[in-house]
Amino acid sequence: MATAAVSLPGKRRGRHSPLPGLPLTLGITVAWLSILLLLPLVALFAKSLTLGPGHFFEAAFSRRAIASYELSFGAALVAAGVNAVFGLLVAWVLVRYRFPGRRLLGALVDLPFALPTAVAGIALTAVYADTGWVGKPVAAFGIKLAYNPIGVVIALTFIGLPFVVRTVEPVLADMGRGLEEAAATLGARRWTIFRRVILPEIFPAIVTGFALAFARGVGEYGSVIFIAGNMPFKSEIAPLLIVTKLEEYDYAGATAIATVLLLASLVLLLLINLWQGRELKRRSA
Amino acid sequence: MSAKNAAVTESLLTKTILILVAVAYVALILVLPLASVFSEAFRHGIAAFKAAIVEPDALAAIQLTLTVAAISVPINMVCGLAAAWAVTKHDFRGKQLLISLIDVPFSISPVVAGLMYLLLFGAQGWFGEWLLAHDIRIAFAKPGIVLATLIVTLPFVARELIPLMQAQGREEEEAALTLGAPGWRIFLWVTLPNIRWGLLYGVLLTNARAMGEFGAVSVISGHIRGETNTMPLQVEVLYNEYNFAAAFAVASLLAGLALVTLVVKTLLEWRHGDQLAAAGH
Amino acid sequence: MTITVRNIVKGFGNYPALRSVSLDIEDGAFVALLGPSGSGKTTLLRIIAGLETAESGQILFGGEDVTDRAPQDRGIGFVFQNYALFRHMTVEHNIAFGLEVMKRGQRPASNAIKARVEELLELVQLPGYGKRYPSQLSGGQRQRVALARALAREPSILLLDEPFGALDAKVRRELREALREIHDRVGLTSIFVTHDYEEAFALADKVAILGQGKIEQFDTPEAVQQHPANDYVREFLS
Repeated sequence: MATAAVSLPGKRRGRHSPLPGLPLTLGITVAWLSILLLLPLVALFAKSLTLGPGHFFEAAFSRRAIASYELSFGAALVAAGVNAVFGLLVAWVLVRYRFPGRRLLGALVDLPFALPTAVAGIALTAVYADTGWVGKPVAAFGIKLAYNPIGVVIALTFIGLPFVVRTVEPVLADMGRGLEEAAATLGARRWTIFRRVILPEIFPAIVTGFALAFARGVGEYGSVIFIAGNMPFKSEIAPLLIVTKLEEYDYAGATAIATVLLLASLVLLLLINLWQGRELKRRSA
Repeated sequence: MSAKNAAVTESLLTKTILILVAVAYVALILVLPLASVFSEAFRHGIAAFKAAIVEPDALAAIQLTLTVAAISVPINMVCGLAAAWAVTKHDFRGKQLLISLIDVPFSISPVVAGLMYLLLFGAQGWFGEWLLAHDIRIAFAKPGIVLATLIVTLPFVARELIPLMQAQGREEEEAALTLGAPGWRIFLWVTLPNIRWGLLYGVLLTNARAMGEFGAVSVISGHIRGETNTMPLQVEVLYNEYNFAAAFAVASLLAGLALVTLVVKTLLEWRHGDQLAAAGH
Repeated sequence: MTITVRNIVKGFGNYPALRSVSLDIEDGAFVALLGPSGSGKTTLLRIIAGLETAESGQILFGGEDVTDRAPQDRGIGFVFQNYALFRHMTVEHNIAFGLEVMKRGQRPASNAIKARVEELLELVQLPGYGKRYPSQLSGGQRQRVALARALAREPSILLLDEPFGALDAKVRRELREALREIHDRVGLTSIFVTHDYEEAFALADKVAILGQGKIEQFDTPEAVQQHPANDYVREFLS
């Protein structure tokens, strides 16, 4: 039986609970998911299959495609890494300290969820391009933050920021001080306590947040294409390549690349679910 | 318990540095871009801003965005409620699979989502010929935009409600059952009041995403000015024409919406935090 | 190691948890801080440990003023009510923790640490449990591991905060006896906090009865029972 439900002992007659409404709600749910999700997924995979292996691999792994994967996955990895470190910092500060503006900081963290990606895209470009508030002073050192892979990383850092903060915050908040106090009475200093007691406790949450930010970053489109530069082989992300192929009416090519991205996302999702399931078991033991 | 345990907290200096770094990070990555939207939108003054907004294509985009949201948010709300009810108040085989499926749209790239609908309803798609024969247009038309929006906003309400309803358990509903209440009554009078803040929260997020969706809609819409451009697409079009002021003007409306969403969200968490799911979004 | 508590005052906001409390504990004594919830007993224990700071007053260990010293430097062992075991470490790593975080110069060699862990596991009657994880142990076993962990660094003072609070009656009795035995064997000055007077009288050499932030009586269990100092003590014991 699935583990996700709260099931009451001693009320197990038959497979369904005595509450009504299952046929109707299940029917709606299945129809909803089938029409919106499953059918399109099947269409995508079916189209991929019709390409035949040779053509598929040619399109999915052309040099240009591979360059785009490298950029998309690579930048997502870097951005998720940056967010793992700073997201942890932000979560720590929000949970552990009291200071003026704390609530404001907490509310702002969710901005990337609420702000449309296109708006984020043009805003980030405005700030980090050569003429922007940050781009201009930095350009004096000869560093360009926009229209290149660095811009992609910046955009993906924006997008992924809430993921680590929001997954680590509840775990930190629930932790309580008992373990730290125990470690203190055993002679450990603050940094040792953080490294050996606190960090292992919150590590699974950090990994989950990292993985979610990474998965989101790989497929991100709207916030990236304005700041990216979009030069094939250099600063072209995979989703953009798909769009370009579509504009050239190369549906086959677009489908092939989309399939690669989709499979990567599904595998990531599976891994994240497995990881979370494992952590849930460990914690409740 | 005292919060000033010298042994188990960092020194004041360390704390201050950490807070400053955290604030600087958020300011750099989040606040500056947000501020720049409004700064650029009003760069040429309020009159220019107004002119950009009331321009016919912009108005059409606003109307389309509102329409799409007005259609997709209720659909996903109702279906999300149904899914949450089925999953949390019943036991059946495949329940976990269902829950996992609901999460899938979160990990799909929006461009891939839009492409999938193109493959179904585009001219060369599975239903392409049938649609052509019946003179129905889904791809490159409003219905396609609604569909694309539906899939990317699919999980929000369900993901918010499922952990919440699981934590609340089934006892109240079962009590109502023993008291003779029919299904609809149980749902409306027992369940719904318990989940109303979580539901509002989910609807809020759904709406924010529905109005702001870009990638999926971009692929399926065909970018037909005045007809199939939502606000985010209109922003892109204006930007690519180097009409920056107008682009940021429309963008600022969306940014304003985002701020309202954040404010309402914060209020909800503050006042009713215990009645929202603790799950990470 | 003698413990001297002198005029400790502690408040939380407007709430006076401890109102000028003083206590003299002899070397090797086993003392119970007894009282209902809110009497300040846990606060006093935590101040002795250095986990809280008093507003005024002093704490002396063996005549030395440790009032401003961090808990890391007080040479104490502390057993928490809810064990506070490190969930991601095995039993042996939990116990060895206090030794492993010592600075290079002072840290014993790794086989010395291992030997010490074995010795402690024997002491708390959990031989061979080293490789298990806390989640695999019962409540009573976890408390024993917490005790072993607190003793690893050979502290001169052992502090226990309602150590048996979370356990059922049978396990409490077993652990009570084990604790007394260990105390007698090792000869540590020990203070434990409890709200259960039976437990206090069964275990302690001397009992300090606290009420509303003051010590009402501090004497041997017999003396307290036969000559209660005031009505408060009398009522508490009935």
